[in-house]
Amino acid sequence: MSGFLASIGLPEIVAGLIVLALNAYVLMGGADFGGGVWDLLAGGPRRKEQREHIASSIAPIWEANHVWLIIVVVMLFTAFPIVYATLATVLHIPLLVMLVGIVLRGSAFVFRSYGGEKYGGRRGWGLAFAVASTVTPILLGVIIGAVASGDVAAAAARVGHASFVDVFVIPWLAPFPIAVGLFALALFAFLAAVYLALGATDPELQNDFRRRALGAAAVVFVLAIIALLVARSGAPIVAEGVTGAPWAIALHLCTGAAAVTAILALWTRRYGLARIAAAGQVSFILWGWVLAQYPFVIPPALTIRQAAAPPVTLELLLIGLAAGAAILIPSLRYLFKTFAPAAK
Amino acid sequence: MSDLFAARSQMALSLGFHIIFAEIGIALPLLMVIAEWRWRRTGDAVYLQLAKRWAKGSAILFAVGAVSGTVLSFELGLLWPKFMQFAGAIVGLPFSLEGFAFFTEAIFLGVYLYGWDRISPRAHLAAGLIVAASGAASAVFVVMVNAWMNTPAGVVLDAGTITGIDPIAGMFNPSTVQQALHMLLAAYAATGLAVAGIHAAILLRRPALPFHRHALIVALAVGAPAAILQPLSGDLSARTVARWQPVKLAALEAQFETERGAPLRIGGWPDADARQTKFALEIPSGLSLAAFHDPNAEVKGLSAFPRDAWPPLLPVHFGFQIMVALGTAMAVVSLWAAVVAVRRRDVAGSVWLLRALAVVAPFGFIATEAGWTVTEVGRQPWVVQGILRTADAVTPMPGLIVPLLVFTALYFLLGAIVIALVAGMVRETA
Ligand code: HDD
Ligand code: HEM
Ligand code: HEM
Repeated sequence: MSGFLASIGLPEIVAGLIVLALNAYVLMGGADFGGGVWDLLAGGPRRKEQREHIASSIAPIWEANHVWLIIVVVMLFTAFPIVYATLATVLHIPLLVMLVGIVLRGSAFVFRSYGGEKYGGRRGWGLAFAVASTVTPILLGVIIGAVASGDVAAAAARVGHASFVDVFVIPWLAPFPIAVGLFALALFAFLAAVYLALGATDPELQNDFRRRALGAAAVVFVLAIIALLVARSGAPIVAEGVTGAPWAIALHLCTGAAAVTAILALWTRRYGLARIAAAGQVSFILWGWVLAQYPFVIPPALTIRQAAAPPVTLELLLIGLAAGAAILIPSLRYLFKTFAPAAK
Repeated sequence: MSDLFAARSQMALSLGFHIIFAEIGIALPLLMVIAEWRWRRTGDAVYLQLAKRWAKGSAILFAVGAVSGTVLSFELGLLWPKFMQFAGAIVGLPFSLEGFAFFTEAIFLGVYLYGWDRISPRAHLAAGLIVAASGAASAVFVVMVNAWMNTPAGVVLDAGTITGIDPIAGMFNPSTVQQALHMLLAAYAATGLAVAGIHAAILLRRPALPFHRHALIVALAVGAPAAILQPLSGDLSARTVARWQPVKLAALEAQFETERGAPLRIGGWPDADARQTKFALEIPSGLSLAAFHDPNAEVKGLSAFPRDAWPPLLPVHFGFQIMVALGTAMAVVSLWAAVVAVRRRDVAGSVWLLRALAVVAPFGFIATEAGWTVTEVGRQPWVVQGILRTADAVTPMPGLIVPLLVFTALYFLLGAIVIALVAGMVRETA
């Protein structure tokens, strides 16, 4: 432990902040994508009400939630330019598909709410929104899985020496990244169902999302096991970190406790608690991945230290972040307070 | 099509698409806030209606601006990984600050759009003002990056590798102030006059509608001053280019020979092989005067530089001519409107002024595209002037024609829908 603490310096702090921003994106933007999944899967007698509840919950906040992704990207290319360049080169294809998903999701959602029905039909846009919301998280997971697998680093070293497929396709079109992609999708859907249950005013509607949340929790569990099994061969470094490292047990216990709490809270209809527990569960999983590959950013080639920009950039970035946070945090609180679901 | 060319085309397409939404995203919130403020001051419900309309427009355009901007922040790496690897540590800082400006903008746009009955009138107006201010701030930050690409500062190079950096000096490079000013004015002029032109066209057919009279006046209040100032700011930009990027100046003026008392050319066809510009109307000593404020100043011609350092001449020269021609027209019409207003005549009552406004409506956006063509193509073959060549920055990923086609199709679809939606909104009021 003391060795770990001694290894913390400016680059590690900035890397931690990037993960924190990614954490925020996953909790907020991820849930918006999850909402799109439930739009796609809306059904039963209250299908229309479900879709309306999803739309009105997302509308005021999705843009702000989306910006977390941009913050992650700009911090990454400021503080770790070579990481950004490597990912953008080797993972060009999944990033591109993810971008198309992001474009379609955002624009379809707005077009649907602002009179786009004349061009393509309200349901047409709804469908584009829902499908894009489903595809994008899978790709986000695939990208994370590819990094964790260690194959991105290997491919980057072979650019120009190996075939197109070996460099630009195999690193991400593999069992482990795909398992992580599906896992990410299930997690986002789970988060969204929990938030939507909390926000629903009609008890029947609330129950719809409660049942969906419980179902999603079961899927998350199954997919987690699958991902872990695939990781043994598909992502050895991370698998070893997740199972072998001294802190791993503690983190597993936290994740498990959060998951159980979330399910119990849903079961007993304590939605406020369920939201906190679900958010905790997802965050623990994310940090579990990060710690498992520490100190690598792109295992097994680039460590945080090796990839970091010069200290002057990191220092200025931290100052900029502090100033930005001083504006942002109160603004975000104001946003969420203004549009908080009516307490009950 | 070579991969390099596909990458350049995709970058140009994405930026050319994004900049339209960015300009509207900078200026439309200002119109919306002014309309709301007039409503609160006068109680005239037409202003409220107007504010709500413009807010709705802002929501649609902002969303498309946000998604196309997200695409850009990834594309920088997807297409130019070596540029980002090289420059990330320097230009990352303004990009990060821009990120915070976006954040503030997105938060308060949400508050503004959905908070009409949830927060106090004062808080609502303040939210709108914050949206307008943070839009302008994000433009300034991102233009800092582009200015750095044109006149890089804050890097110490030793045989091609960076040995020291100063990101603050990079942010405040010799082009920053001029380019940021010119960009902001462009956003207000283009959006203001476009909105004014749309309402002028409707007023020509239905002169009595108060909604469109109010809209015209608010839009002109923002667009006309900016359009009048724009040529002055352009002169500042041109002098900066003359000092720091002499090849670019020579290309945009189609000046082949180095000479004192160089003429200003209007029109003309630069012939790179014959090294002369044909069919131009030449104003003696005009260029020396414009670029250096001295009729006898020496202007470096293209011949003073090796041929492979020349940017493509036709797009740069014509881009510049188009921008200046359209900018002059916009400034003249704006001055005319200003004269009418100062004489306390009814701006909405002059049929000829309304016609002129309707004609110049699209000019600002066309001038913007032309201006960026001048800046970006004029910097070729460099992505970072004098330091990194575009050809060395491109990704090794082959088959770049595919993403180019995907994004072309996507942007055409989005563009068509946005136009249809906005046209639908305008028709509802006409
Ligand atoms: C409404 C739009 C608009 C209008 C009316 C004008 N411009 Fe412009 N111009 C732009 C919009 C623009 C721009 C798109 O915003 C650019 C691209 C980069 C920049 O900083 O601004 C630009 C660039 C740009 C540059 C290149 C700067 C560089 O490469 O660093 C010059 C020399 C001028 N302009 C000069 C002028 C002059 C002399 C104008 C006289 C009327 C003028 N512009 C009108
Ligand atoms: C601050 C903002 C901008 C940045 C950081 C930026 C960055 C870049 C980069 C990295 C390239 C590729 C390398 C090159 O060809 O030089 C490029 C090219 C280009 N950009 Fe920009 N750009 C910005 C603004 C714009 C805008 C708003 C436009 C609007 C039309 C634009 C138009 C172009 C064009 C036409 C090219 C292709 C030039 C050529 O290859 O001949 N740029 N830009
Ligand atoms: C001179 C050129 C540019 C200007 C003036 C500009 C300005 C703006 C503005 C005002 C917005 C707010 C959204 C809106 O109101 O529509 C925006 C959005 C955005 N821009 Fe640009 N931009 C430029 C070029 C770029 C470039 C080169 C990038 C690439 C990194 C970029 C990235 C973004 C991103 C990521 C967003 C979305 C922010 C959000 O989600 O709210 N922009 N831009």
